[in-house]
Amino acid sequence: MNPALSVIFLTTLIGIGQGLFLALFTQQSYALFDLLPHQDARFYGWGSLLALLFTMAGLVASFFHLGRPERAWRSAAQWRTSWLSREVIVLPAFMGILFLYGASHLSGLDPVLVTLPSGLGINATVILGGIATMLAFALFVSTGMIYACLRFLQEWHTPLTVINFILLGGASGFTLATLYAAILAPAQTGFLGGWAIIITLLGLLGRSSSLWRNARLRPKSTLQTAIGIKHPRIVQTAQGAMGGSFSTREFFHGKKASFLHAIKPAFMVLAFGIPLPLLLISMSQPSVWLLGAIFILQYTGLLAERWFFFAEANHPQNLYYQTIG
Amino acid sequence: MTQLALVIDLNVCVGCHACVTSCKEWNTSGAAGPLCDENPYGADPTGTFLNRVQTFEVGQYPNTETVHFPKSCLHCEDPPCVPVCPTGASYKRKQDGIVLVDYDKCIGCKYCTWACPYGAREIDEKQKVMKKCTLCVDRIYDTSLAEIDRKPSCVKACPTSARLFGDIHDSESAVSQAIRENGGYALMPEWGTHPANHYLPRRKTHLKIHEDELERADNPLKVDGKLPKPSKSEPTLDDVTSW
Ligand code: SF4
Ligand code: SF4
Repeated sequence: MNPALSVIFLTTLIGIGQGLFLALFTQQSYALFDLLPHQDARFYGWGSLLALLFTMAGLVASFFHLGRPERAWRSAAQWRTSWLSREVIVLPAFMGILFLYGASHLSGLDPVLVTLPSGLGINATVILGGIATMLAFALFVSTGMIYACLRFLQEWHTPLTVINFILLGGASGFTLATLYAAILAPAQTGFLGGWAIIITLLGLLGRSSSLWRNARLRPKSTLQTAIGIKHPRIVQTAQGAMGGSFSTREFFHGKKASFLHAIKPAFMVLAFGIPLPLLLISMSQPSVWLLGAIFILQYTGLLAERWFFFAEANHPQNLYYQTIG
Repeated sequence: MTQLALVIDLNVCVGCHACVTSCKEWNTSGAAGPLCDENPYGADPTGTFLNRVQTFEVGQYPNTETVHFPKSCLHCEDPPCVPVCPTGASYKRKQDGIVLVDYDKCIGCKYCTWACPYGAREIDEKQKVMKKCTLCVDRIYDTSLAEIDRKPSCVKACPTSARLFGDIHDSESAVSQAIRENGGYALMPEWGTHPANHYLPRRKTHLKIHEDELERADNPLKVDGKLPKPSKSEPTLDDVTSW
């Protein structure tokens, strides 16, 4: 496939937003059970607004993907069958609840709504955070399933696609949360950094598995099934257009195979290889500058990862578009 | 249930692109607006086409065969491109099985093209909506056209009659018979899309001779034969005429 910048930015930016929110709410949940000190409301509030900014940036990027953005509202119609439609519904829902969650923290409007038998009071932000957590996961699943549900794209048609969307979004979000904590609540850097390391490790595992899997795929479609002629040697001599067509632009990344080979180790190093040891170092010596650099490096790696994710997928329609003629 | 479809006979297709040009002509002139082209006369021409003829070489020289292969939307019976569309712009008609795009609803997200294994859809780069073969839905039901013209434009244009059009769910239709009797097959059966369009393979060529080709209807001798013949008992011309 030909990776579209708009979609690369959409999927990576909302991933950071979701991950950052999940990190904040994880801390709040621990604090609810007195496992960690409860932070100032501003910590959660400004953090969730930062997460909101990332999801908004992703949303803006997504509009560049549409030919007719003015009709975007129509895309919520087919939620019964289309994962894209589901994403279109869940993304604003997540953003809305995320906003309420942050606003509730910042405005101090955070009444205890339910008291558990144990005497534990459940605040409005906990309930909002719980809903937003479910929506964040629903959004990860919708985004991942947009790709995983396409059975012709064998590279994507695996649960690993969804798992990796969750893990990679989570990794970048938790890394950002660690940086955020280093600025606003240095005492929490260790906790969030620890989670960032765990999720980045899981991401490394998940992404390596899908790379391993995809390297062993055998394409189901061949030129023989594509045109229905059972002969071992078939060559295309003309594709019906001399100047290229939509089918040659949309489904080929247009880069050399060597570029594809080079970008794979590059993103593995940037997204996992460098951030992991640096995160470990910053566990003992938290430094805002170092964490900032880790976040930027990892995000760059994840951008390259997403580019490769698209470029690697080989669409069966390409069988019909091999020779200009 | 009706499922309209094309049956394309690879045995007689000569790769002349007449179907491509007539498709383009018809569909660029319709109510839905043009099928836009870019740089049509420039160095790098490209444009929107609903039908393309490709060419493949089968076999190893010198035992090769050139196969011309027209390709358009196959109007799959289980079209994967339809459920993925977020707006409902892509749909399959119940009454005749034609898969269509509602150009007024399409947001140009291109997701449907990812879901079509055949590369049968092309975005119109100017109008920014998805275009694909409509089986000339604006011709085949048009009662202002003569009955014989209510066929897809490509079918009308094909000089070798390589394109048949009809209902593949009607077992007595010409298309069903052609599929049945000539080994008609579907493309990429491995994906379970059940394309409605079928292809007829290369096969032994049969010469079809029509009655009026065996005996010329306008044979001058036959025309003479139709002149009144006097009976044997009647006087001949010589009997009644003195020369
Ligand atoms: S050929 Fe492609 S566009 Fe046409 S119905 Fe089948 S999947 Fe959809
Ligand atoms: S490009 Fe148009 S027809 Fe295709 S999936 Fe998007 S909205 Fe539907």
